Amino acid sequence: MTRHVVASVADIPPGGRKIVTVKGREIGIFRIGDDFHGLINRCPHQGAPLCLGEIVSRLVAPSPGDYRLTRPGEMIRCPWHCWEFDIRTGQSLCDPHSVQARAFDVAVEDGKTLVEGPFVAESVQVTVEEAYVVVTL
Amino acid sequence: MNVTVLDRSPDRSAQSHMGFIDCDVHPYVKGPNDFDPFLSKRWLEHKQTIGGRGRQGLAKTSMYPRMSPGNGMRMDAWTDTGGHPGSDLPKMREQLLDLFDVAYGLLAPLVGGGPGERNVEFGSAMATAVNEWQLAHWCDPDPRLLGAIQINIEHTEAAIAEIEKRAGDRRFAQVNIPPRGLEPLGRRRYWPILQACAANGFPVSLHLGGTSGHASTGGGWPSFYHEEHPSYVQTMQTLVTSLVCEGVFEQIPNLKVVLVEGGFAWLPSLCWRLDKHWKRLKAEVPHLKRSPSEYVHEHIWVTTQPIEEPERPQDMLSTLEWIGPDKVMFSTDYPHWDQDDPRYAFKIPLPDDWKRKIYRDNAKALYNL
Repeated sequence: MTRHVVASVADIPPGGRKIVTVKGREIGIFRIGDDFHGLINRCPHQGAPLCLGEIVSRLVAPSPGDYRLTRPGEMIRCPWHCWEFDIRTGQSLCDPHSVQARAFDVAVEDGKTLVEGPFVAESVQVTVEEAYVVVTL
Repeated sequence: MNVTVLDRSPDRSAQSHMGFIDCDVHPYVKGPNDFDPFLSKRWLEHKQTIGGRGRQGLAKTSMYPRMSPGNGMRMDAWTDTGGHPGSDLPKMREQLLDLFDVAYGLLAPLVGGGPGERNVEFGSAMATAVNEWQLAHWCDPDPRLLGAIQINIEHTEAAIAEIEKRAGDRRFAQVNIPPRGLEPLGRRRYWPILQACAANGFPVSLHLGGTSGHASTGGGWPSFYHEEHPSYVQTMQTLVTSLVCEGVFEQIPNLKVVLVEGGFAWLPSLCWRLDKHWKRLKAEVPHLKRSPSEYVHEHIWVTTQPIEEPERPQDMLSTLEWIGPDKVMFSTDYPHWDQDDPRYAFKIPLPDDWKRKIYRDNAKALYNL
């Protein structure tokens, strides 16, 4: 397992996302508040670039007509067939027990810690003053 | 409950989808004035000062707006400069034609509003303009793309003139007729147009969508797009039933009809029902010399998208067998949101000869490619 620096925290505002490539895999890095999450950029249904879809809330209705918007900005909707997935876990909304998009371990680390290594940062310049998004893979 | 069907064991053996013929590709306009060069001054002024008269109560949107931007487009099909999905040939090549080495793409232009226009003279002029636009923007720049002749079937003379004008032009593969019309397609008043299609060697393609002004289901207007989507199947069933029961295939024995984007798993059970009642109701339709299913098998082709995903994936094989693997043709519906990817659409391996037929040979034979 290697730590890959994929972005500085400032690169991705809350509610934002960035598609990065780590070990040949495209991964979507999402920021929800101050938490960062990583999902593989491939829908388990028909292989669409999942992480390019719309970031939406989870809409629930305990009964017809009783709509409640929950978990704002925590779901990703596939750009092709609109299957929705939990950004935090990759779990599918349409079939949570058997469908999951692969999620990756994403953390925020200080530049100060990172420069002590080891880490890989091919496209991100790491300085001690900033904080970085790190994918372990 | 249905289980979800994933691409975990898709049929990728020997890349059999490569070089397929795509029977449903949607070109789109770059801007609202794309058709203007192909309109006469009289109709251009009409378009600019009066505009279209559709058969629905809403303007500038569809009756059931879709959830993704662009009214139901595959979101990764927008160009880098914000160009609409389907409007840019290089992007279409990148995502479809070159990616899969598509041998031919059959265009289904759902643009211009000609076929559903209430002012039938203007509708016919727009249909002609869209035909010229297909040639200039798509078929001539990329000969893999084959046009679909647009007509307004409520203007019989203009429609026939347009079909005859395109006869022999190999850049056009078929004639497009909207499946939701003012009356079921098998009615006698449409026969001259259907006759012209057959006489000039054009299959008729019925691509679902649009509105006729009638409620989209026999039971009234649905509330949700989720209801509207399967109502297209009812439309297709109505058309097949009408064409068969009116005796169209007796009258026009060389007519070929392609059902596009209606799925197909419903067709066998419709045939079973029609056959059963034909035995009892023959006296009402004595012009039917053969069972309804025989007419369907001989005259009707289906395209795959949006492909059904049965609970037990292997049931797809039975379904294909009932319809006949000679009558099924692969389609993606690029760049719409519910398009199918040829790599993953079938969730079970098909026999090799079926694959060849469905991905290529059936379309090649039907359209003489």
